[in-house]
Amino acid sequence: MFLFDPFFWEVVISGLLAGVMYALVALGFVLIFKASGIFNFAQGVLALFAALTLVGFQTGQIPFAHLLEALFGLHASHWGEGMNTVLALFLSLVVMIGLAWLIVKIVLRPLVNQEGIILFMATIGLAFVLEGVGDLMWGANVKRLDVGLPEGPSDFLLDNTGMFIEKLEISAAVVAIILVVTLMIFSQYTKMGRALRAVADDHQAALSVGISLETIWWVVWSISGLVALVAGVMWGAKSGVQFSLSLIALKALPVLMLGGFTSIPGAIIGGLMIGVGEKMFEFYIGPMIGGATENWFAYMLALLFLLFRPQGLFGEKIIERV
Amino acid sequence: MIYREAGDFKTTYKADQDTFPIRFDRVAFWLSIFVVALIIPFFVNDYWEKAVFLPFFIYAIAAIGLNILTGYCGQVSLGTGGFMAVGAYSSYKLMTSFPSLDMFVVVILSGFVTAVVGIIFGMPSLRIKGFYLAVATLASQFFLVWLFNKWEWTYNYSATGQITAPERDFLGIVVTGAYSDPWATYIFCFGFLFIFGWMARNLVCGHIGRSWMAIRDMDIAAEIIGVNPLKAKLSAFAVSSFYIGVAGALYFAVWLGAAEPTEAFSIDKSFDVLFMIIIGGLGSMTGSLIGAAFIVLLPVTFKTLLVGFLGWPTDIAEFIQIILIGSLIIFFLIKEPHGIAALWRTLKQKLRLWPFPH
Repeated sequence: MFLFDPFFWEVVISGLLAGVMYALVALGFVLIFKASGIFNFAQGVLALFAALTLVGFQTGQIPFAHLLEALFGLHASHWGEGMNTVLALFLSLVVMIGLAWLIVKIVLRPLVNQEGIILFMATIGLAFVLEGVGDLMWGANVKRLDVGLPEGPSDFLLDNTGMFIEKLEISAAVVAIILVVTLMIFSQYTKMGRALRAVADDHQAALSVGISLETIWWVVWSISGLVALVAGVMWGAKSGVQFSLSLIALKALPVLMLGGFTSIPGAIIGGLMIGVGEKMFEFYIGPMIGGATENWFAYMLALLFLLFRPQGLFGEKIIERV
Repeated sequence: MIYREAGDFKTTYKADQDTFPIRFDRVAFWLSIFVVALIIPFFVNDYWEKAVFLPFFIYAIAAIGLNILTGYCGQVSLGTGGFMAVGAYSSYKLMTSFPSLDMFVVVILSGFVTAVVGIIFGMPSLRIKGFYLAVATLASQFFLVWLFNKWEWTYNYSATGQITAPERDFLGIVVTGAYSDPWATYIFCFGFLFIFGWMARNLVCGHIGRSWMAIRDMDIAAEIIGVNPLKAKLSAFAVSSFYIGVAGALYFAVWLGAAEPTEAFSIDKSFDVLFMIIIGGLGSMTGSLIGAAFIVLLPVTFKTLLVGFLGWPTDIAEFIQIILIGSLIIFFLIKEPHGIAALWRTLKQKLRLWPFPH
């Protein structure tokens, strides 16, 4: 009976944990899409940028060291020993908030009222800029990120059940759950949260009761900056901080399709479903057809679901009028 | 002033439907075709051919293809890289299985193969719309690239998993492989661009093009006035994939000569082509050409400028190039969301009335 097979449960649990990570990235998309109707392709690069900044602060790198060397011949790459993790996290968050302000002012403000595809393209342009700036500031080499999270397999589970589960993934899941709950409370019980929901509901009505769109957008982009930072830390601690980190955005897209672009619970449940589905498929069917199915399986699964529910599992029903 | 329509009278309906209604445009168009087709081939060298002209021609074909789907029919697609891979791999299979086949036939047949694949992946478009569809087309991108990595038959069981274009000719002139002359490949690719550009222009002006545009503008309304959405959407997917397949075949066989799916047909290709049509102008043939020129020439120019003239290290030049391209995209979107083609139209409108704007 497969239910008693520890391998089966190992696959399910590691799928669930991976799903939490996908959900984390997808969450950043949903927040921005709800509040401003922007399909933010830069979310993955945002996570990369946040992780690069964090590592830079932690290890005490001088920003733009390469460029300074090329321009003025300065041969310094570090200003000191670096700082402790908490301070570095805080400073990175400040940088992300500042970045959110810049994005809203420079990119989004002039593009108000444009079609979705134009805004989508603008965020791809933004992704290019951020990628270039991040690499130029902190260098493009692969960096190790250590924020003091436990590593290695969990001994407790290994001894008692024979399952091999990374401690890091468990703590990532815990952090993600805390983050999601905090966001839920923020959006349900605070004044700013109510304003956010109002904007998500109807831009014009929100404007007419005196909510400043620009402030809301800034807050939303800051929050997704925070989500990007958390996602960047988790993925960075797992596989190093490098360019491929920005590709997690591509992992989050099928999650969005499955859960619906506008639903926060959808992002979470979609993430879990895709995480488990992907791992099961790779484990049981992958070897038969050559493996490495993780790249496309999620998309195919989402596509199948969409054929039956074109707005995703939890998306708002699409009503079309002529 | 040279640019005006006074005295440019039409006496037949045919003349009125001309692609270039103003005589100046017509003359300029044929003059530039003359220069590009009959003068440049005598001077083109290996560097210009490989770095500028071939990429421009090939991406222009792909951009026209994607513009048919996205610009004229309103279905956003991010699967361009995957479809280019289908074109490339089918041309490889055709070249190796039928060595005596003319290269022209090979490219056209690969286009048809891609069209069939495009129809299959276009089916969800009947049910899914907007961004959901855009993300759904990513499925084709990832799935196709994975397929060409894993399915050994497609690369003839070669140990490296790479495909290399053997030497094949077009009417006796070698156009692929290491010993092809720059002028031959130049003319070959330009010929495709000219023929298919001309065909696309006529397609979008005709019945089928109008049904695409009706679907783009509002699909429900189009359905009510009698446009068949199944036919319109799937034909757009088929024609667009045909073009992209042709571009993919040329990209692999004529330009690169060798390819490996993960690198050569990555998702970056899809984005590049999408950039081209957005920056150039959605729903505009000139726009596809301008966009292709923009995206192809920009990196080459920056590289020559920063590395060649200023002598900066290549990695820094590369980062700065990414930043500049990204900012230019944002800048153009802010200044003219309808693309450079729209800017060009405004300019022409102004020139017509110049120097008396009122």
